[in-house]
Amino acid sequence: MTDAFASVPHEPGAPKPDPIVTAHGVHRHFGGLTAVDVEHFEVQRHAITALIGPNGAGKSTFFNLLTGFDKPQHGEWMFNGHSLVGTSPAKIARAGKVRTFQLTKALNRMTVVENMRLGAAQQSGENFFRALVPGIWSAQEKEITAKAEVLLKRFKLWEKRDDYAGSLSGGQRKLLEMARALMSDPEMIMLDEPMAGVNPALTESLLDHIVELKDEGKTILFVEHDMHMVRRISDWVVVMAEGKIIAEGPPQTVMSNPAVQDAYLGAHHDTDLSEDAS
Amino acid sequence: MDLLLDSINELFAPATAAFALAAIGLNFHFGLTGLLNMGHAGFMLLGMYGYAISTSRGAPIWLALVIAIVVAALFGLLLGWPTLKLRGDYLAIATISAAELVRYLGRSNTLQSLTGGSTGIRGNDFKFTFEELSPFPDENITFLFWTRHGSLSSSWWLVLVAWIAVALFALLYWQLARSPWGRVLKGIREDEDAVRALGKNVYSYKMQALVLGGVIGALGGVLWALGGSVQPDSMGRPTTFWIWTLLLLGGAATVLGPIVGSMIFWMSLVLIKGLASAFIPSSVLSPVEIEPFSLVLVGVTLMCLVIFRPQGILGNKRELAFND
Repeated sequence: MTDAFASVPHEPGAPKPDPIVTAHGVHRHFGGLTAVDVEHFEVQRHAITALIGPNGAGKSTFFNLLTGFDKPQHGEWMFNGHSLVGTSPAKIARAGKVRTFQLTKALNRMTVVENMRLGAAQQSGENFFRALVPGIWSAQEKEITAKAEVLLKRFKLWEKRDDYAGSLSGGQRKLLEMARALMSDPEMIMLDEPMAGVNPALTESLLDHIVELKDEGKTILFVEHDMHMVRRISDWVVVMAEGKIIAEGPPQTVMSNPAVQDAYLGAHHDTDLSEDAS
Repeated sequence: MDLLLDSINELFAPATAAFALAAIGLNFHFGLTGLLNMGHAGFMLLGMYGYAISTSRGAPIWLALVIAIVVAALFGLLLGWPTLKLRGDYLAIATISAAELVRYLGRSNTLQSLTGGSTGIRGNDFKFTFEELSPFPDENITFLFWTRHGSLSSSWWLVLVAWIAVALFALLYWQLARSPWGRVLKGIREDEDAVRALGKNVYSYKMQALVLGGVIGALGGVLWALGGSVQPDSMGRPTTFWIWTLLLLGGAATVLGPIVGSMIFWMSLVLIKGLASAFIPSSVLSPVEIEPFSLVLVGVTLMCLVIFRPQGILGNKRELAFND
């Protein structure tokens, strides 16, 4: 655990010494159902933050709100001091905050290396008129390919580079999606259930990759159900239930918080419901 | 033998080139971007009207072409503006009805003075600017086994221009499909949210593809009109479906698929028609019935192709395995 969290109180909405993301009063409801109602939320820069909670807690919706894929009824949230209210997902990604998806979105009928190239930002050949003149973009294309090569080797996908992404296994797709997100050199990467459907043999290397990203100075926020993973790699854990943040704290202690146990197991899990007791 | 020559003649006929060009436009929509444009004939018809009306009002050929392009581009913008933010099916519904709308407007009595109503615009009213440019002599010319006029209607001049246009746009497709621009479109075809998450403006790219493909379709329409006349009813839903058929037949998302598809489609139509009239006695099928019968046969052949070779003639079978 990093020292950055030493002075952070273990309570919901705790302020962080150096927040990269700040959200305030974010509220999203679908008809009568309140999916997300977060009063205050901060993510510490250069740290791994886990967002956990029981099914239906609003984690994924909150994730979508933070990345622009969904719009809240009200609330404000900032990235690096800039407000992201009303910003499109594409602009948020260009600002340096990229995400992956719970249901992996590998681009099936494109090769692995083309998937990677697509991830690179600010490609001059992505303009229609410049695309017509290969001389303008071919040099950049080589740079991008070299960069993709480094990442593919690191993520053990180099042998697969010319295969269609659709032929990869579920775990390899997760790796590809993460590697592709890294092509744009994001400051922050948001992973939606990176372990879902991944074969246990790949889990360890995925975990190592995430820790490596932090060592490189990136900020990571991830949603996860796998408590083993949360305990192993996260610096800070935020627990959501029924759309609200109910607890925050370091992974070693947050699960013993009574509010968290109530959320996961029900508020009366200790109560003896047998007839004798009453 | 005559039948064989007729079929080969159909291979390079201007109509084949016109449909190949329109199919290249649709290939930008569907093959590259995954847009379901079910109203391609509407783009073609607008191109025809834009070209024919402006020429008959005295516009020089370059201006008439620019007008055809601009009209189709505006149509694309108008169609894409409300629908491209929605799921793909909405574009399909909007395009099919908008194309019908164009046809009904064109053939309505209110616009008779402009579009000629349901009879359309006579070829002589708008083909002269193109025909005057012909470098060939003004007479029937026989080249190898085939005779065509040098400059009028379905002439050698139109054959030459039409296939040059097809070749240029096939090159354009090839160049764009292998560029980073084309890569974004392919990404959108596979999963637009993934592309959005990578920081690309999906809406803008879809709009660019829709407009570009529509403009190419309009130019295909102009080629078609230059071989005959502007007939609103020749650009109804069947035309859109034919273009879809020959695109899928040749292989979507390939450079030569639209061209090969168009050639095979038109050739087999002539071949089957010829064979049917040669070998089926008129007591079984009267000459009037031959035409629909041959269309049925073409339909069956195409169904077989799609069942046994779903990726089209030039398509890549490997890609199909990941179709979800």
